[in-house]
Amino acid sequence: MQEIRNYTINFGPQHPAAHGVLRLVLEMDGEVVQRADPHVGLLHRGTEKLAESKPFNQSIGYMDRLDYVSMMCNEHAYVRAIEQLLGVEAPARAQVIRTMFDEITRILNHLMWIGSNALDLGAMTLFLYAFREREELMDCYEAVSGARLHATYYRPGGVYRDLPERMPQYKESRWHKGGNLKRMNSWREGSMLDFLDAFADDFPARVDEYETLLTDNRIWKQRTVGIGVVSPEQALAWGMSGPMLRGSGIEWDLRRKQPYAAYNQFEFSIPIGRNGDCYDRYLVRMEEMRQSNRIVKQCVAWLRANPGDVMLRNFKVSPPSREEMKDDMEALIHHFKLFTEGYSVPAGEVYSAVEAPKGEFGCYLVSDGANKPFRVKLRAPGFAHLSAMDEIARGHMLPDVVALIGTFDVVFSEIDR
Amino acid sequence: MITEFVNQIHGAYFGFLGEWPTLAMLGWNLLKILVLTVPLILSVAMFTYWERKVIGWMQVRLGPVYIGKGLLQPFADVFKLLFKEIIIPAEANPWLFRLAPILALAPAFAAWAVIPFDWQTRIANLNAGLLYLLAMTSLGVYGIILAGWASNSKYAFLGAMRSAAQVVSYEISMGLCLVGVLIAAGSLNLTEIVAAQQGNLGMFEWFMWPLLPLFVIYFISGVAETNRAPFDVAEGESEIVAGFHVEYAGAAFSLFFLAEYANMILISFLAALLFMGGWLSPFQGLGIPLLSADGWWWLFAKAFFFAFLFLWFRATFPRYRYDQIMRLGWKVFIPLCIFWVFVTGVMAYAGTFVAGA
Repeated sequence: MQEIRNYTINFGPQHPAAHGVLRLVLEMDGEVVQRADPHVGLLHRGTEKLAESKPFNQSIGYMDRLDYVSMMCNEHAYVRAIEQLLGVEAPARAQVIRTMFDEITRILNHLMWIGSNALDLGAMTLFLYAFREREELMDCYEAVSGARLHATYYRPGGVYRDLPERMPQYKESRWHKGGNLKRMNSWREGSMLDFLDAFADDFPARVDEYETLLTDNRIWKQRTVGIGVVSPEQALAWGMSGPMLRGSGIEWDLRRKQPYAAYNQFEFSIPIGRNGDCYDRYLVRMEEMRQSNRIVKQCVAWLRANPGDVMLRNFKVSPPSREEMKDDMEALIHHFKLFTEGYSVPAGEVYSAVEAPKGEFGCYLVSDGANKPFRVKLRAPGFAHLSAMDEIARGHMLPDVVALIGTFDVVFSEIDR
Repeated sequence: MITEFVNQIHGAYFGFLGEWPTLAMLGWNLLKILVLTVPLILSVAMFTYWERKVIGWMQVRLGPVYIGKGLLQPFADVFKLLFKEIIIPAEANPWLFRLAPILALAPAFAAWAVIPFDWQTRIANLNAGLLYLLAMTSLGVYGIILAGWASNSKYAFLGAMRSAAQVVSYEISMGLCLVGVLIAAGSLNLTEIVAAQQGNLGMFEWFMWPLLPLFVIYFISGVAETNRAPFDVAEGESEIVAGFHVEYAGAAFSLFFLAEYANMILISFLAALLFMGGWLSPFQGLGIPLLSADGWWWLFAKAFFFAFLFLWFRATFPRYRYDQIMRLGWKVFIPLCIFWVFVTGVMAYAGTFVAGA
């Protein structure tokens, strides 16, 4: 009798659906996966170790680079940890701005997710539709912080600066001119809040557009319904969080369970799935986009009505303005101290988590009272999700593995850190 | 006019080479083949341009706009591919690796020999035209299997396996659809199949009405047969990277590309010929001036429509999973085909298909 052996296939690290640098060693029986062995670490940059060697504020930028599609949420966890150790709290307006940008980030992340997941399953048009909307929100990032991705906008004690009064406009080019240019700039006549208002009014129709392409599409359903089912018990046991957990029917959302920033001021609902398959997680994320949009709209209204400080005026933590610095010796000293030595954080340890778009993003911070963290440990949601890969993928086919990677919404920067 | 012109050239040519009749015949046939294949290759090039443009518009993009306002982009691509090195992997079987693209391309072009563009215009007027077409379209899969096998790569091998299974099973439903046409037209000759769709009721004389299920299945099978979205599992770039041609580069890759697009155009032409009356006007027999006149432009317009459908599908649908494609082919299409072939037989018995009835 002939001996029949399974064969292994190296899925990644250079693979169109590996979402970066996942190396998945698949043991296959024909097209059926017998064992999936994710290898991580190819994108390890030692963020946690790096953070130990520099003042607290200088690591905020590293947080952006962890999960590079939900930048500000990562900053939020880190900044909150520092604030908790320092015992300071950002002003109310800063809290609402953070809430708003967390939700913008959630929309950004989910747009990226729906685009790439659909592309993985072969529906490529959605990818470009999603990027059309992402572009608008990226412009908000840019308007507020100067960077489209790695914002470094949240600071201990508030946010870097208040929202801009003018939204940047498109300039005339070979492709954008005349009526076309006017239409593109029609939202950008006023302030950033006007722009976000216009965006939030329009966005549900865009989500409807995505749903027209996918939700009732037979092929989409065949590819996602019943694929990668995670039971609620398993989801808890594997330490899943975010849409992975809610897709399995467990109503757990840090925004509601342990409210932070200004989440308890605003109304939103938490969608949950029933079957815990890829399709339910897709529906959950689609609805989360709508809910995020709802929060953004409420935040815009609040921010319009309540001007105020966006940064704590505690110069031991947050720098004085440039103007003051040029004028006042005291301010100059504060500025110099903050940008060389930084501030010292009282000894202690704290865990602070936020509901990042992918799940619970936590920052465990230990301080020994110096101007640098003694230890930073970051809890990336994707790591827990990816570790369930073997169990979930077993018995599925190769194209389902692609669907699974998509539905885990993995980003290797945060998993490898 | 054109016929006269061609006749003149024909006369002059045979007058010149009259002493070597065999050689003259050979040369004349070569000329005919060139007259078909050169525009075909050009239309493949422009089809890729059109594809990128259409999908661009559908995806709120511009598509190619730079080289010659975008129109010369396909030629730029061709030259880029031609100048690239053909890399043969160390572990590959070099001869099969080289043979595979040729095997994929040759049948895709050979099939065009029996496609009539008009009452007279075609290379060969085979009586078994439909059978020849079936043979040629099935042969293309050997190129794909060989490419996957010779590459000695797991991804390519998976692609080849998928492609083989898929093409073989869709060949059956496609063949059954053709059986329906065969019953309706009573002939395997493509010109006669078109002739059988003549009548006085305009487009309602076409086979697409009595054979509607077969028509739909034929076109979907055609999409599957050419490995296009949503049935592009053989390439499936997000699953098995590029499937069977993952190891190919440069000119060898471009041959696969050419074959795929030539096949797409072929399927579009066939759908137009078999089910939509070919070059017959949609207003035939209604006596409307100009519009009722038959001519190649109708055939091209219809084929263009089907070719557009290929692109539209690609922009819209997610990709099927391999086993789901099989299920669709074997459990849905083939039974439906068999049933409708039976119905067609009953219709033929009842006299539905008498020309002009």
